[in-house]
Amino acid sequence: MRRHLLSSADLSRDDIAMLLATAAEMHDIQRRDVKKLPTLRGRTIINLFFEDSTRTRSSFEIAGKWMSADTINITGKGSSTSKGESLRDTVLTITAMAVDALVIRHMASGACHQVAGWVDASVINAGDGTHEHPTQALLDAYTMAQRLGDLQGRHVAIVGDLTHSRVFRSNVITLGRLGARVTVVAPPTLMPSGIGSWAVADGFATSGNLDEVIASGPDAVMMLRVQRERMSGGFFPTAREYTVGYGLTRERLRALTAANGEAVICHPGPMNRGLEISPEAADAASSLILDQVSAGVAVRMAVLYHLLAGEEVAA
Amino acid sequence: MSELFITGARLLGGPGADLLIRDGVIAEIGSLDVPRRATVLDADGLVALPGFVDLHTHLREPGREDTETIASGSAAAAAGGFTAVLAMANTSPVTDTAEAAERVLDLGMACGLVDVQPVGAVTKGLAGEELAELGLMHRSRARVRVFSDDGRCVGDARVMRRALEYVRGFGGVISQHSQDPALAGPSACCHEGEVSGRLGLPGWPAVAESVVIARDAQLARHTGSRVHVAHVTTAEGVEVVRWAKAAGIALTAEVTPHHLMLTTDLLTDYDPVYKVNPPLRPAEDVEALRAALADGTIDAVATDHAPHARQDKEHAFVDAAFGMLGLETAFAVVHEVMVRTGRMDWAALARVMSQAPARIAGLDELGHGGRLAVGEPAHLTLVDPDAVVTVDKETSMSLSRNNPWHGRSFHGAVVATLLRGRQSFGGER
Repeated sequence: MRRHLLSSADLSRDDIAMLLATAAEMHDIQRRDVKKLPTLRGRTIINLFFEDSTRTRSSFEIAGKWMSADTINITGKGSSTSKGESLRDTVLTITAMAVDALVIRHMASGACHQVAGWVDASVINAGDGTHEHPTQALLDAYTMAQRLGDLQGRHVAIVGDLTHSRVFRSNVITLGRLGARVTVVAPPTLMPSGIGSWAVADGFATSGNLDEVIASGPDAVMMLRVQRERMSGGFFPTAREYTVGYGLTRERLRALTAANGEAVICHPGPMNRGLEISPEAADAASSLILDQVSAGVAVRMAVLYHLLAGEEVAA
Repeated sequence: MSELFITGARLLGGPGADLLIRDGVIAEIGSLDVPRRATVLDADGLVALPGFVDLHTHLREPGREDTETIASGSAAAAAGGFTAVLAMANTSPVTDTAEAAERVLDLGMACGLVDVQPVGAVTKGLAGEELAELGLMHRSRARVRVFSDDGRCVGDARVMRRALEYVRGFGGVISQHSQDPALAGPSACCHEGEVSGRLGLPGWPAVAESVVIARDAQLARHTGSRVHVAHVTTAEGVEVVRWAKAAGIALTAEVTPHHLMLTTDLLTDYDPVYKVNPPLRPAEDVEALRAALADGTIDAVATDHAPHARQDKEHAFVDAAFGMLGLETAFAVVHEVMVRTGRMDWAALARVMSQAPARIAGLDELGHGGRLAVGEPAHLTLVDPDAVVTVDKETSMSLSRNNPWHGRSFHGAVVATLLRGRQSFGGER
């Protein structure tokens, strides 16, 4: 594996398989009474979060702590203007304190790529703007594989605000590397620009019709969060209209179950119940939503382990 | 009486000839004897061109003298073969009064390396609402004729109409930064397409350019006034320019060297050195721009030289400052992509880098954009078409280092620049 995890594209199929196997071991440890491993003793990990996050930040923090790393959280307001300290100065100040890894979330796409060019520490992308969120894609793949087995040839639908979704951008890469067949579904105004040539190049399908995609019986349906600020941005007329067109309603849940009795439901959270996902779907037996959260720690332990523990232990 | 004797220069790429410059004016051309008291400049094998004129330069003074001054920008311009530059109005304070324009003019003259012609703001403070004192700027010693809110588009059609009507009275021109603010807002920083989709960067669609060019063309027709399209970047923008010219509308257009060569896929590593407004476009647009420059649809090359401090570029991509350096590399880029490829000859290069911009800005009256004829002021650029130069940002005359050309090699170097017969750059070979 490389020194940084900036994009899901940094991981080969073998890397992903190795990380998911390690995550499974970590997941077992998570079920023990005493969860502490000595693996990363003496290592310092800084969670540098320029944007609010609960589950990602806390799962990275727990992952580090369970492996005995010293983890420190720094939350910054971020540089939304060209005034004040530059991003480079901010991260150089922090890494001057002998840091082994920087876990970064930033509201700007590409911020982690830029930081990786400035610092010696490993940089892990914990979500950069509307670009990528590689550990989310790993935990999604892990969770789906736990239920579905090998994802090779499986059909996964990713539904919702694709334009602004880093979860989509990372998932389409990771799922593709694992051999899954991906269909992305969104209203025309929330399809990313250039999606046509992009889909052809990367081998996934696009659709504007959720009912057709559900009727085709996908093995997994991943619903993306609709961010409230998008609703005033003119991307779609009303929340009601969005739900009718693109929500996983109880009717669509029935249709999904009818088309594929084994189909599972994912959502990266936090959910807008009643908007992109109905309570019936969120709480269904086929819903993996809480499993995703649970897998978050194990997957991030695996990532930290392989990036930081070095080759001597990555047997 | 001062005399400069230039030997063996190939005028516009033609056969070698000698030039005698006397008191800043081209006095004789031909196979001449070396005068006794003249300074001699050996230009054997060099191509002589009329001094370049840049319609679009940001010199940052007053306000950001840490990034460029009129002195450092003038030196960079002279090193790039320019004898006149138009200094954009988005300084601090903005050039929106006669006093501000005269100060820029005076600082340029004090420097004396290049004629610095101030551009006046169209609206007060570049706010896009009330007209700046266009007439007073024109009546000032600076004789401002080009007005622009560059960096911002005059988005309000009524304001644009009034500005066009107003400047028509004294032969002014509005240079428009064509960016529909609703279609490409302030955060738009990447050509809208597959690259912006993949990178998750706010898109700046081609249509945000073409709709404004189309609107302004119709306003120019309606008012009988003259509009200039700053930095056209897209095939569909070119299409509208072509249509407007065919319709007889008084519309001119410029293209930057970077839009003639660099493409949007350079943004893949999120390096803010490639962040510029309008953004770099895909290869298809680059090709359309080259074709339009060659066939005359695009009148001029203009640098949009935009120096920035390191700390203003070292932010996350969406937060970093827009703009890149261009004065010192403009000739090499245009020579490489247009002349060496056979798409333009030396006369055409002189047209797009000197004669057309001089005419658009009214600087032909100061002898810029000449035809290298006896009796003209000696604004001259001598270039070596065979020299291979690798750009090193650290050797730039500019105070800034946001140089997207760093490390690239080009054929073609400016060897010497003459402003009114006085050497403003080079001479050593």
